[in-house]
Amino acid sequence: MIHDESRPLLSVRHLTKRFGKGCTACSHPEQLPEGSNHCPHCGTVWACNDISFDLYEGEILGIVGESGSGKSSLVQCLYFDSSITDGSAHIATYQDGAANIFRESSQQKRYIRNHLMGMVYQNPWIGLRMQFSSGGNIAEKLIAAGTFNVHEIRARAKELLDHVEIPVTRMDEVPLHFSGGMQQRVQISKALANHPPILLLDEVTTGLDLSVQARVLDLIRRIQRESRTAMIVVSHDLGVIRMLCDRTMVMKQGRCIEAGLTDQILEDPHHAYTQLLVHSLL
Amino acid sequence: MQPHLKQTYNYAFLDEGSKKEIRRTTLKAVAIPGYQVPFASREMPIGRGWGTGGLQLTLSLIGDQDCLKVIDQGNDDSVNAVSIKKLVQSCTEAEVTTDSERATLIQTRHRIPEVPIRADQILIFQVPLPEPLRMVEAKERKTKQLHAEMDYSGIWLRLYEDIVKWGKISIGADYPALAHKRHIFAPSPIPRYDLPKLNHADGLFLFGAGREKKIYAIPPYTDIEPLAFDDYPFETEHFDGCNCRLCGSSDTFLDEIFDEKTGQKFYQCSDTGNCRKRQEKRHTP
Repeated sequence: MIHDESRPLLSVRHLTKRFGKGCTACSHPEQLPEGSNHCPHCGTVWACNDISFDLYEGEILGIVGESGSGKSSLVQCLYFDSSITDGSAHIATYQDGAANIFRESSQQKRYIRNHLMGMVYQNPWIGLRMQFSSGGNIAEKLIAAGTFNVHEIRARAKELLDHVEIPVTRMDEVPLHFSGGMQQRVQISKALANHPPILLLDEVTTGLDLSVQARVLDLIRRIQRESRTAMIVVSHDLGVIRMLCDRTMVMKQGRCIEAGLTDQILEDPHHAYTQLLVHSLL
Repeated sequence: MQPHLKQTYNYAFLDEGSKKEIRRTTLKAVAIPGYQVPFASREMPIGRGWGTGGLQLTLSLIGDQDCLKVIDQGNDDSVNAVSIKKLVQSCTEAEVTTDSERATLIQTRHRIPEVPIRADQILIFQVPLPEPLRMVEAKERKTKQLHAEMDYSGIWLRLYEDIVKWGKISIGADYPALAHKRHIFAPSPIPRYDLPKLNHADGLFLFGAGREKKIYAIPPYTDIEPLAFDDYPFETEHFDGCNCRLCGSSDTFLDEIFDEKTGQKFYQCSDTGNCRKRQEKRHTP
């Protein structure tokens, strides 16, 4: 796909995600009490509050923040796992960036999920079908994108599993029998099956031991280098963000409080919360 | 002394309102090939799961000018087929037959007659499980959504896993197929041998699932494609070198019969009506 590099691949504007009905006391986010995303009157939680950002081709954007800051909600909205309350997103390679992907029909959303995006969840039980073989998990994505040839599917699955350093001999084994790190790598290979231009990674290394973490991070960097996939990396771990991301967005209580080059944010944090975050880095 | 009570039922057992509702559902089913239309399945004098869906379709369509054939796995004489025939006879004036070419309505369980269905005939299937996606998704709400979005990767994945495990697709009967390039449907547990008969047929095929409360249809001249991978094509059962021991045919669906005493294996036509006709033809010079 030919793509103008100066144009963002994905641009998200004013994305808002609310859990709860909302009331007159919180009809505008400015009315919410200072330092909270929780409406004291109706109990509505504003998980993402007016988030805007751009993602360029081949770039890794980090989203960092404490738990409950809305970073996972954000990527789940982008992958259509949950619906949004308000906002828009455009993908440059989808209908030439003219369509707000949140307004598309569920069939079109499915197309975008299968062809233009890949998602890796923190919990591999969500991203993988544990009762089906690893090859089958990759096959599911390939079939969804219209490959109906078993030999082609198996050749591609072998290639992908080899790429994420899983022995091809274990291709027909269920991921249930794999270690956490291996499951995570199967998930990554599944997400990459259809060469998506955008990859969403939600806390991929959380819960893995350090050596396994390092291998997964290496893999992500290699993928970015080789296929120029644009990625959004969600993490609460500044170490991961520092290692992977070109640009970083800091979220707190549903709002984006600071955004910029990763180095800048880590060396010279402006917002008090970011300063706290950087200084608590071990 | 108690007066002798004579129970009188409406023509064709069901009341007119019910028959109308079932026919209306059927029309919708015909309009959307392979789509399962919900209907209010009635209480019938036979147990649910014993052909109530097919029976309700038959009763909603039958009139005095009709000629009915009921088959159970190809067999005209099985208890279930005979009881259903008797029930229909007791509440209509319709004629019954074992000759599939004479019948206007054919209610069937798990087989399609050997002689192709004509444009003036309707074949009614008794369906135990109308949802082809049930084996990959347990929730009805979800399967409806999967059909709506045409998200069939789950069932394809099952076929892929089958090939990886067994080297072939191991589904024998009730092989899923795509109707009119849109809906995947369960053809009821007919053998794979019968599935191609649904493709571009002259007659109408109706499917009734009484327990699951669904009606669906394959109208004449509809594209029916059994699910298959490019490099693992769909295959039907074949009976190379076998003949029916009664009529001698080698081009029909054969049942294998095993004699416990002699340990011998026989083959015999599954479609008994057709077999009988062939035998008669063979014996008349």
